[in-house]
Amino acid sequence: MLIIQNLHARVGDKPLLKGINLNINQGEVHAIMGPNGSGKSTLASILAGRDDYQVTDGKVIYMGQNLLELEPEERAWAGVFLSFQYPVEIPGVKNIYLLKAAVNAIREHRGHAELKASDFLQSVREKLKVMQMDEAFLHRNVNEGFSGGEKKRNEILQMQLLEPTLALLDETDSGLDVDALRVVGEGINRMRSPERSFLLVTHYKRLLDIVKPDFVHVLAHGEIKLSGDHTLAERLEREGYEGIEAA
Amino acid sequence: MSQQEIDQLVDQDYKYGFITEIESDTLPPGLNEDVIREISARKGEPEWLLEWRLEAYAKWLKMTPPEWAHLDYTPIDFQAISYFSAPKKQGDGPKSLDEVDPALIETYNKLGIPLEEQKMLAGVAVDAVFDSVSVVTTFKEKLQEAGVVFCPLSEAVHSHPELVKKFLGSVVPQNDNYYAALNSAVFSDGSFVYIPKGVRCPMELSTYFRINQQNTGQFERTLIVAEDNSYVSYLEGCTAPQRDENQLHAAVVELVAGADAEIKYSTVQNWFAGDDEGKGGIYNFVTKRGECRGDRAKISWTQLETGSAITWKYPSCVLKGADSVGEFYSVAVAGKKQQADTGTKMIHIGPRSRSTIISKGISTARGQNAYRGLVKVLPGAVDVRNFTQCDSLLIGDQCGAHTFPYIEAQEPSAQIEHEATTSKVSDDQLFYLRTRGMSEEDALNMVVNGFCKEVFQKLPMEFAVEAEALLGITLEGSVG
Repeated sequence: MLIIQNLHARVGDKPLLKGINLNINQGEVHAIMGPNGSGKSTLASILAGRDDYQVTDGKVIYMGQNLLELEPEERAWAGVFLSFQYPVEIPGVKNIYLLKAAVNAIREHRGHAELKASDFLQSVREKLKVMQMDEAFLHRNVNEGFSGGEKKRNEILQMQLLEPTLALLDETDSGLDVDALRVVGEGINRMRSPERSFLLVTHYKRLLDIVKPDFVHVLAHGEIKLSGDHTLAERLEREGYEGIEAA
Repeated sequence: MSQQEIDQLVDQDYKYGFITEIESDTLPPGLNEDVIREISARKGEPEWLLEWRLEAYAKWLKMTPPEWAHLDYTPIDFQAISYFSAPKKQGDGPKSLDEVDPALIETYNKLGIPLEEQKMLAGVAVDAVFDSVSVVTTFKEKLQEAGVVFCPLSEAVHSHPELVKKFLGSVVPQNDNYYAALNSAVFSDGSFVYIPKGVRCPMELSTYFRINQQNTGQFERTLIVAEDNSYVSYLEGCTAPQRDENQLHAAVVELVAGADAEIKYSTVQNWFAGDDEGKGGIYNFVTKRGECRGDRAKISWTQLETGSAITWKYPSCVLKGADSVGEFYSVAVAGKKQQADTGTKMIHIGPRSRSTIISKGISTARGQNAYRGLVKVLPGAVDVRNFTQCDSLLIGDQCGAHTFPYIEAQEPSAQIEHEATTSKVSDDQLFYLRTRGMSEEDALNMVVNGFCKEVFQKLPMEFAVEAEALLGITLEGSVG
């Protein structure tokens, strides 16, 4: 589904990714772990279409298309979703308004009719329940005054509504307490399916204890240093990134 | 098709559609007493109104144009302007919508404007079977039943002279300011609304339903009187780009609210903004003021200003009554090379009077947006409260936002709050929304509409929907 070949990227003179190679097949969950500044979030952002970075070499093929040529919204229509590490506030825009606009924008480009208001509301209510979110959430402004945990739940709520083919989750576990982590993790698990793939960017193993990945990759200094199955995450927790890099 | 291109087409239409045929009905440029006598005579006005106009003219002659605004334009040559055009005859404009530029029609369609209304806006001659005529008739009957007077001011001068005489110039005196004085001398026409005691106007009054409204734009004069314990909501303007051949607009609006009366005045202004250099756009110098004369009276101004090359406009409230309430909700957009200097004045005279000011300025391209507001509390106005919130939103890096708040409180018990913010539409916000499947333009619209929400919520429902659409069209091409 996703093939990343020799991806190089930089901001200004500073190289951030130095030759990333990664294949993600349908239905697989990949975790990317690594220390701060290793390029994890950069990778997720580039895949979602942020244009703050210059891609200097390499390519990314998503479902047979050159992903890097697509605008961010075109990637969304094609099924790419990014859960943000720091979801931005949009003053004056109600959460439910954004959710509905997003769902219908994507439906429209996939050739589906606009969702009826009642169907939409029913679907949102189901998902709110899963995410253990109060309905009052819908009427608050997007991310405005949300706690860290609320923002992340809201991201996963959006993912559930938009039903992506490839979900990029950037440090979704950061800022969550134990209970919220479980809710978010289970929210992700519910979405796992043979057609859907995930790329989880994280520092810690704790999310991976709930969402068990098929593959774990260690990213450091813009390169994938090591790949393995979920046991690699345990090794990382024991030995730290320095231990792995030294090995 | 950008707004600018559409506007240019609108402008072109005028050049080819109107000028030659109008000449014979238009007074030659220039202003003197004879011109004013001629205007008054052609309108068949009573002697007292002519005297009133001449008085205003004498005052105007001694005044000079205000120079304090944050506006930059070539001084206006008032002797180069023609001060009277007879209402256009049918057949002057395009014969049907087929003759109107398709781009303009496209804009109308985007705004969801009904076909018959499109004809009116585009200047297409409409005949007696015009659908709205019957609508207007029913409408008039309903108002009559309620005892509401709603007609052109020129008609009210004859049908209700005692009311016009009593209230005209009682809120905005002839010599209030340079442009108000000019308007008082040469005003063309406008609306007259009178709501008797205890009457709640059964529908929203809109300029759209006012017959004979052609060619009243340049020196429009509107007078709305709400007697004790009455209510009226008045909508002015139109979201569609309006064609007008006059560059200078100097309107006056006066509102009078009695005890426990409420007047809600909503405006959408979308006059031609000029080209990218600001050329050809309308200069809009407006004096709008409402007086809460009775206790617990309430006046609310809500406006969306997107057009004009220059906007100079400060809808104000004089809060004379005890416990009276003044409100000002405004969204002003300055794009292209537009300049807007707009705001409000809240003059607290009555004890416990309250005012709220919510001003949202949006600047894009090379637009310059200034908020200018005065909150004044006179001695004796005890326990007054004011809340002012003044937010500016910048799109791009060549535009500007300026805030000039003035506070003059002469009562120690006054509570006056002022909050101001300036923000930019961030790339983070746009990127976030685009990853959710919204186009860049839809993303911008969502952010901007969110910014304006507090104001749009105050507009009557249908107007609010149109306002959002208009804002979207105005901002087309602002990103990317």
